[in-house]
Amino acid sequence: MVSFLNYFINGLSLGSIYAIIAIGYTMVYGIAKMLNFAHGDIIMVGAYIAFSVITTAKLPAAVGVLAAICGCMLLGITIEKIAYKPLRHAGSSLAVLITAIGVSYFLQNVALLIFSSNPKMFTPIIPMSMMTIQLGSFRIQTISLVSIAVGVVLVLLLQLFINKTRPGQAMLACAQDRGAASLMGISVNGTISLTFAIGSAMAGIAGVLLCSAYPTLSPYTGAMPGIKAFVAAVFGGIGSIPGAMIGGLLLGIIEILSKTYISSQLSDAIVFAVLIVVLLVRPTGIMGKVVQEKV
Amino acid sequence: MNFKQMTKTSRDNLGTIAMLVVAFAVVQALRAGGFVNSHMDGMLVPLCVYATMAVSLNLVVGILGELSLGHAGFMCVGAFSSAFFSKCFEQSMGTFPRFLIAILIGGLVAGVLGFLIGIPVLRLNGDYLAIVTLAFGEIIKNLVNVLYVGRDAAGLHISMRDQAALGLAEDGEMIINGPQGITGTPFNSTFTVGFVILLVSTIVVLNLVNSREGRAIMSIRDNRIAAGSLGIPVTRYKMFAFTLSAVIAGCAGALYAHNLSSLIATPARFGYNMSILFLVFVVLGGIGSTRGAIIAAIILTLLPEVLRFMADYRMLIYAVVLIVMMIVNWNPKSRAFIKAHSPKKWFGRGKEDR
Amino acid sequence: MALLEINNLSIQFGGLRAVDDFNLTVEQGELYGLIGPNGAGKTTVFNLLTGEYKPTEGVILLDGKDITGKSAIEINRAGVARTFQNIRLFKQQSVLDNVKIGLHNRYPYSAVSAVLRLPSYYATEKQMNEKAMELLHVFDLDGEANTLSSNLPYGKQRKLEIARAMATEPKLLLLDEPAAGMNPNETEELMEDIRYIRENFGMTILLIEHDMRLVSGICEKLTVLNFGRILTQGETKEVLADPEVIKAYLGDE
Repeated sequence: MVSFLNYFINGLSLGSIYAIIAIGYTMVYGIAKMLNFAHGDIIMVGAYIAFSVITTAKLPAAVGVLAAICGCMLLGITIEKIAYKPLRHAGSSLAVLITAIGVSYFLQNVALLIFSSNPKMFTPIIPMSMMTIQLGSFRIQTISLVSIAVGVVLVLLLQLFINKTRPGQAMLACAQDRGAASLMGISVNGTISLTFAIGSAMAGIAGVLLCSAYPTLSPYTGAMPGIKAFVAAVFGGIGSIPGAMIGGLLLGIIEILSKTYISSQLSDAIVFAVLIVVLLVRPTGIMGKVVQEKV
Repeated sequence: MNFKQMTKTSRDNLGTIAMLVVAFAVVQALRAGGFVNSHMDGMLVPLCVYATMAVSLNLVVGILGELSLGHAGFMCVGAFSSAFFSKCFEQSMGTFPRFLIAILIGGLVAGVLGFLIGIPVLRLNGDYLAIVTLAFGEIIKNLVNVLYVGRDAAGLHISMRDQAALGLAEDGEMIINGPQGITGTPFNSTFTVGFVILLVSTIVVLNLVNSREGRAIMSIRDNRIAAGSLGIPVTRYKMFAFTLSAVIAGCAGALYAHNLSSLIATPARFGYNMSILFLVFVVLGGIGSTRGAIIAAIILTLLPEVLRFMADYRMLIYAVVLIVMMIVNWNPKSRAFIKAHSPKKWFGRGKEDR
Repeated sequence: MALLEINNLSIQFGGLRAVDDFNLTVEQGELYGLIGPNGAGKTTVFNLLTGEYKPTEGVILLDGKDITGKSAIEINRAGVARTFQNIRLFKQQSVLDNVKIGLHNRYPYSAVSAVLRLPSYYATEKQMNEKAMELLHVFDLDGEANTLSSNLPYGKQRKLEIARAMATEPKLLLLDEPAAGMNPNETEELMEDIRYIRENFGMTILLIEHDMRLVSGICEKLTVLNFGRILTQGETKEVLADPEVIKAYLGDE
């Protein structure tokens, strides 16, 4: 029972990281109407920035985290301006999807040139002495609790931001109808930039958390978590922030539990199989709205 | 009247086929003349594989209008089933009939799987369909990696756990060895075979598109509700296009498998990355244009080779070239510019002139 | 026996009864109009008739056969074809191919003969082209057969949709606001076309329209819908003179 609880918490922690990434995916999808396949690689960039600051430059962990957040934010805005904006009116969401894949290759190869393909040992942001917490017979990784807490705080902050502030309302408006929003005097470009900034900053945070929990870092670190988070976003109903949260958590828990109790080789297959079943029962995800095409 | 239209499409199709035949003839001539180094020579079969995959995926993405991110899975199934067959009958059959049957088996098994996957998948729409195909692709890759098949006097032994669980006799032989895959598949794939597979797939798809069936499939892409209101059996044509595409991918997989000494279902070969690469061919080629997809596949496969002199920077340059080509090809302003300044775009036919 | 008989048709969306207790009888060869203010449920009736929506209650008989709740595909095969209020052409295909897609079920050949280009492919394609050109000619679109359908002007797109629907050789043709967005000249032409196809193709036509000139000019009978219910139905002249109808359109006072 104790071990089950431990695994469950591990799952919840991984799930929180997926949720943070998935929320970025879902926000960008909701507002820019594109699948940003490079989102996973921003995680990797964030982790490398933190790695450079903390491990190479030997600065405090907090500085590293802050640098990762700011760096990813700038990166996100820049990518959108250079690579995605020219295709916003291309009339094919596929064109911008492929460009995102190009950006993903680009980021991976820049990282490859700077840091080589040898995995780096990431210094966890939690000091050695506080790596685990003992609760009676029960030992938990501190990073798990931190991930869960950060996940919860970020989701709450984001909900507050979206529902209570003007830029947040502008994001909702753009998500619903970009044309109408711009007629109402909302800056669509600004709102899209803001969305990329927030989504990428969250990816940066996720990168630091991910590499603190699983401390090997390579140029391809972000790819699989990125895809998993994409799955989580779809799982929850793409475009919905609470959906991405639930999807991420479920995905993390399913992944860790199936790795533990069924088969470590098949855990990915199980995660994907659950996704398929969910989508067959609810074709637009757990929290997705069913939109019937008007005839 | 329509005579002009018919000849125009037929002329286009003939042009595509002629392009393939001429390319094949030129390469063969260069090889005979000793102008092709062994490295480039080794690229010829993979080129045919990727071009065939581009034709296959274009049928689903460009012509049916559904986004599939799991096509590498069909290729994987075709590769493993055909290699399995070849290993089993390596001693008992002649090369030609065995390889022919292996290719057909690759196509058939992938087609059956495509049909079965299509039943649930094609009920979904848009991005949801895309993610489910991605999921199926990953599941296929995962399952192949835990598959153990051996053979001894008692027949075939299959396990999903490990080699020991097979209970193989002393003289038994492993055929599919889990994560190690299949080793020692006969090297039957030649450039000529690859070319024939590519050519046949292209002709099948082109002839189909320019027919009653193809128009029905494209009507689903353009307006599903209108297609249904005209009595087009929407689900049946979706299944048909998806299954045919899987068959072609399976044949490409068979070609791929018989060109490798060890066939392993690694993420780099059969994972979503590969599926996405095929999608890049289709989109760069102009979505819906079979010829464009083939050319894009060839250019993007050769590009890293051409960029070899850039050494470490080549994949970076590749990424930049990809982004720039996408923006130039798809940005509305640059599109208008290209259209205004050159009647013939540099390759493929865009959406609007079909 | 009437060609179309609708009894007690209703559909509920959540708490809203979009169409309530709808009854209609259309005789063979009639030109029948369905009118009413915006949001009265006219298009919903079409969607029920063509299988896009499943009715909550009621029966639809086409030529005596029950088609209630059948799929859009089955209903088309039973002999109903339609156009759409928000034009739904196959935009990436030529004008000719749009009509040929309508001919799909009438001129079959196998996928094998398409792939192998067997003689049956060429023969059937030739027949399809001839038939399609004949239909395009009715609407004076034969000159634009090879144009991409999305490049047609608006009025011609509406006509192409009618030609495409006729290609399925329906017994009953449903036209959803065929004159919407047309100028008076185009509407005049359209009225002639509709009369022509009724005479020469033996078509029975049920149409939704707001343009009163078209309605009073060609419809023999009318049904007026308001808030999902039938306000009145009967001969065109009588219906249009009905004070209730005028009130529904122009409001009280």
